[in-house]
Amino acid sequence: MIEFQQVRKRYANGHEALANINFTVERGEMAFVTGRSGAGKSTMLKLLALIERPSDGEIIVNGHQLNKITPRQIPSYRRGVGVIFQDHKLLNDRTVFDNVALPLVIAGAPHREINRRVQAALSKVDLLSKLRQNPGSLSTGEQQRVGIARAVVNKPPLILADEPTGNLDPELSLEVMRLFANFNHIGATVLIVSHDQLLVEQLGQRRLMLHEGRLKNAPMVRTTGGLPPGVAPAMPSVNPRSAGRNPGAKR
Amino acid sequence: MAAKKGAVKKAAVKKSAVKRGASRGVSAQKASASPVLAGVKVDSMRRAQMLMYSLGRLTAQPFTTALIIAVVGVALALPVAFSVLLANLDEAGARSDGRVQASLFLEERISDERATTLAVQLEKKPEVLAARALSREQSLTEFRELSDFDAALALLDENPLPATIILSLNDQIQSPTALAGFVHELQRLPEVEVAQLDELWLQRLFAIVSLLKRAALLIAIMLGVAVTIVVGTTIGLEIQNRRDEIAVTKLVGGTDAFIRRPFLYSGLWYGLGGGLLAIVLVFIALFALGGPVNQLASLYGSDYRLGGLSLLQFLGTLLAGAGLGMLGSWLAVSRQLKDIQPD
Ligand SMILES: Nc1ncnc2c1ncn2[C@@H]1O[C@H](COP(=O)(O)OP(=O)(O)O)[C@@H](O)[C@H]1O
Ligand SMILES: [Mg+2]
Repeated sequence: MIEFQQVRKRYANGHEALANINFTVERGEMAFVTGRSGAGKSTMLKLLALIERPSDGEIIVNGHQLNKITPRQIPSYRRGVGVIFQDHKLLNDRTVFDNVALPLVIAGAPHREINRRVQAALSKVDLLSKLRQNPGSLSTGEQQRVGIARAVVNKPPLILADEPTGNLDPELSLEVMRLFANFNHIGATVLIVSHDQLLVEQLGQRRLMLHEGRLKNAPMVRTTGGLPPGVAPAMPSVNPRSAGRNPGAKR
Repeated sequence: MAAKKGAVKKAAVKKSAVKRGASRGVSAQKASASPVLAGVKVDSMRRAQMLMYSLGRLTAQPFTTALIIAVVGVALALPVAFSVLLANLDEAGARSDGRVQASLFLEERISDERATTLAVQLEKKPEVLAARALSREQSLTEFRELSDFDAALALLDENPLPATIILSLNDQIQSPTALAGFVHELQRLPEVEVAQLDELWLQRLFAIVSLLKRAALLIAIMLGVAVTIVVGTTIGLEIQNRRDEIAVTKLVGGTDAFIRRPFLYSGLWYGLGGGLLAIVLVFIALFALGGPVNQLASLYGSDYRLGGLSLLQFLGTLLAGAGLGMLGSWLAVSRQLKDIQPD
């Protein structure tokens, strides 16, 4: 699903944020990218979201060769990838509903479908009650969850998240991670960036460790046991109230 | 009545040269947008909803919107007023009663027989009521009767006159000035050396009207460019205000066509609003001028009345406004969309 080959990223100011990156994430896999601040984690995600282009090397995602993709192909590639950004990238002059609906509106989904899917996505992140508010009036943690709802509303085959728990308290962090595990469970490939070593270790998934732009554990160490008992994907939703009504994100 | 219709048709044809420029931009957009949209269903219901939504956005800033519409309206009103004026001038020309006659003096080399067949051909044209061919001999005879050059002609041993065709033109289907244009076209026939309308005043009116038509076209083009620039600049500012929104939309997979659409709708509304205002302004001007014109006409013992906007001019104005508005926003969006990238 994701393949990096000899990828190097040097920014315009000459700073080399990534050097000689090689790794593969298989379809249906869930993996974490960890590393200290400034290690190049966001840069990696920006390459995957086509916000930045690699200076060298090949990136192949979902059949698209990102280092060669043409401007016309970019929108359809992006529609197949749900990205949660570190800075949320929400529209503050639109309601939470409209923010989450945007990918569906772009895809030309019918009205009722949009209604249904947006409500399902918002209930998964426990924000159904904030439907009509603007993101600006929400807490950072709530904004983060709006971003998650927008990223998954289209049921993309690939989900990328940059510090999705960065602004959440530990308890909520674990629930959000469970949510990602759920999406992975029903088939999505998930790549999550986090500097929270403890949390990631707790989840026991495969880890890519970045240090100063280089991968430290290149051919991956992989915890094969899946999720530890406490975070088993059996729990379908972070929202205890909607858990019964909303049986996961069945495709 | 019929003559006026013809004149209006002609004015509309001239004006459509400007409109064509505008609508070409629009259809080019459609052509390039559809492949991008392939696979993205946008049903017409949604499109209509978004159109109304964009109207809502504009009314949220009533002052700016009113200002733009005022500028567009005034700019459109001038060429519209001009074309109404021209239609009226043509109408005034049509007030001549009786037939309009024209003479075609053929080339020296054209035989009398060829002149006769040409006359038969010309008679089939709808503008021509009757065509009478005069042989060189008959031409000479008529000329002798009509002029005092009898003695002078007698001195020449050869007939200097070519064969001639006398046309009676139908001013019921076309205005006299339009017929004058028709006679000008006949001038281009290889057999014809000189084609002229026999009524001198009509020739002058034709010359004036065609000069004014050209001037009107130039004014329309210049003001059309101005409208495009005004709308383009306004939309350009709106795009700058919505940079973040555009970047985020791109980030979640919005195509350029999708992002462009609401701005095209804004341009459409500005143009339609301006077109409507232009029509209102022209009606006000006609109302204000109507009294004095009637007075003037009655001084000349005429019952001439100032004509208003035809349906074609009405629709043409709206269409031109809409087209130019969309062209302006199309240009603005095309220029800026590439520069707005998520970071
Ligand atoms: N646009 C940019 N221009 C120049 N340097 C950048 C840019 N973005 C990030 N960097 C630098 O690249 C390095 C990696 O940044 P980033 O990928 O954001 O790290 P992380 O997300 O792991 O904290 C940092 O040293 C950062 O300062
Ligand atoms: Mg980062």
